[in-house]
Amino acid sequence: MVDKNIYQADRETAWCPGCGNFPLRTALSEALSEMDLKPEEVTMFTGIGQAAKMPHYIKVNGFNGLHGRSIPPAVAMRVANPKMTVIVESGDGCTYGEGGNHILHNIRRNLDIIHLVHDNQIYGLTKGQASPTSMAELITPVQTHGVNAEPFNPVRFAVGMKASFVARSTVGDREHLKEMVKEAKKHKGYALIDIFQPCVSFNKINTYQWYNKRVYKLEDHDPTDHAAAMKVADKFGDEIPIGVIYREEKPTFRERIPYLKDKALVDRDVKVEDMEYLIKEFK
Amino acid sequence: MDFNIVIAGEAGQGLKTVEAMLTKTFSRHGYYLFSTKDYMSRVRGGHNFMQIRISDQKLEGPDEGIDLLLALNEESVEIHRSEMNEDGTMISEIESDENDIVYIDAKGLAKDVNPRAVNTVFVGAAFKIMGLPTEEAEEAVKEHFADKESIIEDNLTLLKAGYEAVEQLYNLKGLGKKDDRMVIDGNSAVGLGALLAGLSYYAAYPMSPSTGILHYVASKQEELGIVVEQAEDEIAAINMVLGGTYSGLRSMTGTSGGGLALMAEGIGLAGVTETPIVIADVQRPGPATGLPTRTGQGDLLFAVNIAQDEFPLMVLAPKDQEDAVYQTFRAFNLADKYQLPVIILSDQFIGDGSKTIKEIDTSDMKIERHLVDPAEVEGEYKRYKYTEDGISPRAYPGQLEDNVVLSDSDEHDEFAHIVEDAETRNKMVAKRSKKMAKLKKEDLLEPDYYGPEDPDYILVGWGSTAGPLTEARKMLADEYKVGHLAFNDVWPLPTKEIEAKAASGAKLVYVENNAGAQFDRLVRSETGIKADYNILKDDGRPFSGREIYRRFKEEVSK
Repeated sequence: MVDKNIYQADRETAWCPGCGNFPLRTALSEALSEMDLKPEEVTMFTGIGQAAKMPHYIKVNGFNGLHGRSIPPAVAMRVANPKMTVIVESGDGCTYGEGGNHILHNIRRNLDIIHLVHDNQIYGLTKGQASPTSMAELITPVQTHGVNAEPFNPVRFAVGMKASFVARSTVGDREHLKEMVKEAKKHKGYALIDIFQPCVSFNKINTYQWYNKRVYKLEDHDPTDHAAAMKVADKFGDEIPIGVIYREEKPTFRERIPYLKDKALVDRDVKVEDMEYLIKEFK
Repeated sequence: MDFNIVIAGEAGQGLKTVEAMLTKTFSRHGYYLFSTKDYMSRVRGGHNFMQIRISDQKLEGPDEGIDLLLALNEESVEIHRSEMNEDGTMISEIESDENDIVYIDAKGLAKDVNPRAVNTVFVGAAFKIMGLPTEEAEEAVKEHFADKESIIEDNLTLLKAGYEAVEQLYNLKGLGKKDDRMVIDGNSAVGLGALLAGLSYYAAYPMSPSTGILHYVASKQEELGIVVEQAEDEIAAINMVLGGTYSGLRSMTGTSGGGLALMAEGIGLAGVTETPIVIADVQRPGPATGLPTRTGQGDLLFAVNIAQDEFPLMVLAPKDQEDAVYQTFRAFNLADKYQLPVIILSDQFIGDGSKTIKEIDTSDMKIERHLVDPAEVEGEYKRYKYTEDGISPRAYPGQLEDNVVLSDSDEHDEFAHIVEDAETRNKMVAKRSKKMAKLKKEDLLEPDYYGPEDPDYILVGWGSTAGPLTEARKMLADEYKVGHLAFNDVWPLPTKEIEAKAASGAKLVYVENNAGAQFDRLVRSETGIKADYNILKDDGRPFSGREIYRRFKEEVSK
């Protein structure tokens, strides 16, 4: 086990006091420590938003890119370096709104990544507008009479797409969250964890109490049974199941590029001489 | 000797196969080639044509007038009739008394052999009419249809049938194979330059006319063990490529104007994160969808101003297919040296067009990655360390022991952590701009000048107009003292040569494939120098030397 202090998960942040991001960070550092991963063995790709600042507040390799674009930069790391643990992390707006097209296609790619989505059902950093997962009754400075669209259920979406690993957890149960991260790491392929993470500043509906009252741990659920998983994924409201909802072993992105074998593309040593035969092909 | 062949028909008729066989054969007969494509944005039908110009002298562009037309459908005869040269000949399936039409019953000849290989009848007929033997064409057929034995046989039969069905009209003769040459299209040339430079990761979304690069590099991915990824959109493509470089791979994307617009924010991200990437923009006329399969130089000012605020950026424009190989290779080294995005402004004219060029010489090509030497990193790694020249040590994750590598889109400190204070912001802006200053001093290419020392006129062009301008200058040289200034690097703008030329009093004639004289505007904004004349063309078609010559006489020297 790596000493969890090595991740420096006590750095000063720009998060609000009481923000759900704090327990999430703690759970993550504990999981990394228990998985025995050194900071340089982990790379985190994030978008923009309060959640996406994570690589500044925990010590791992990090690419803090553009809003909505947390996943695309991670694709290359999977071919560059198969040993690297890859975490993609961002909020619900970044991941399901601005970046909707990328989650759709990267579920298809089945990249071997841990995808942590901080889901607080609101836009925090832009001060309280509706997010794709906001509930219809949410009143905001923009949604003055409630939200004009149905809430997006990311778990149902991912299970519907047969994403190879779909879980839900909550920062209200740090131990559970930590275990989910470890499960996701163990899983070979794309692993989505949608994480309830209350926004104490703007979301007055989906609070810690709201979540705690509704969540329950899945028991006697077979995550390899797709029909059963769809039923569980459909549940959101008075009762919200947490745990591993769907799991399916299937070829990863890397495995679909058979000529890569177990080579790290980053080790490719190219010389111009080796490429000269390409010139001859145009003669 | 200068002979212009046009193959015309509708999409789906196999013009490409005809062109491939003719091109290879002429090349093996020792001719210089220059071919251009004019096709519509559709899969079947419409009217498409390809022009192959051949000569015993080096060719720099297309020419007007047709010597031999292979009319694969009836419509083509009517469309191209007015462009036929005086002694020109049309090969057609139309029975006609007119003496410029050579009738051939291609479908009839192919019917019992292989109706799908009907075009080969035209190829056979063309060689006979030109006076060239078919041996080289037979070789070309065998190579083109390699591994398809029965198809090769059918095509050889039809090649012969076409050859025997017509009479010889010209006397072209073989010039003997030349070993120091190659024929390449501009898109493959960009791909080749990238592969020579050690490209390991190419991510792109298909978009005409840039797709040729994607296809070429993908055709090599398995044998080279590299990865080519078709992105879900151009936004994904540019961010994938950023991730590629961050992960330690030489990475590139290619697109055209609309895709470049979607990539804009990502290119800014490359600027602020100081992530070296190469982006090929194979221009077509816009805005929005524009003319998808045609050519233009309308993206210049957009490329130069690609994203919000300021950051180091380089934009360079290859002059032709040969230059595209060298410039793409150079783009990777410069991107890595200065840790910035480099945009290659190619266009459909050179991207889809092929040219006989001197065999690429790799003796001066050296891959320079400019990655940090791990032994030189002491203590906590600073990705954005302040240095004298603004260039910080670049590492990729996993390269350094006990150190992490962080890259950040927000303004950041030396460790890449988010900051908002004015002092750090000022220091980082200054650091990044120092890189541009160094680039200008050490690596910027001044334009090439061709022509007399004391010209009265100077033709000013950038990128792909270089070829047609070379031919125009030669045509004008009998009547005027005219020079030609050909720019490769357009951003940052090299200013010494143009300033010197402007000071000499020569009249500056800017020739550009756009409507708004964008290069003139760029030079003016950087130097205050104004064009005396603008010869502009924005109809989606490339210039020919003859056209520039004519317009010079009409618009400049009236």
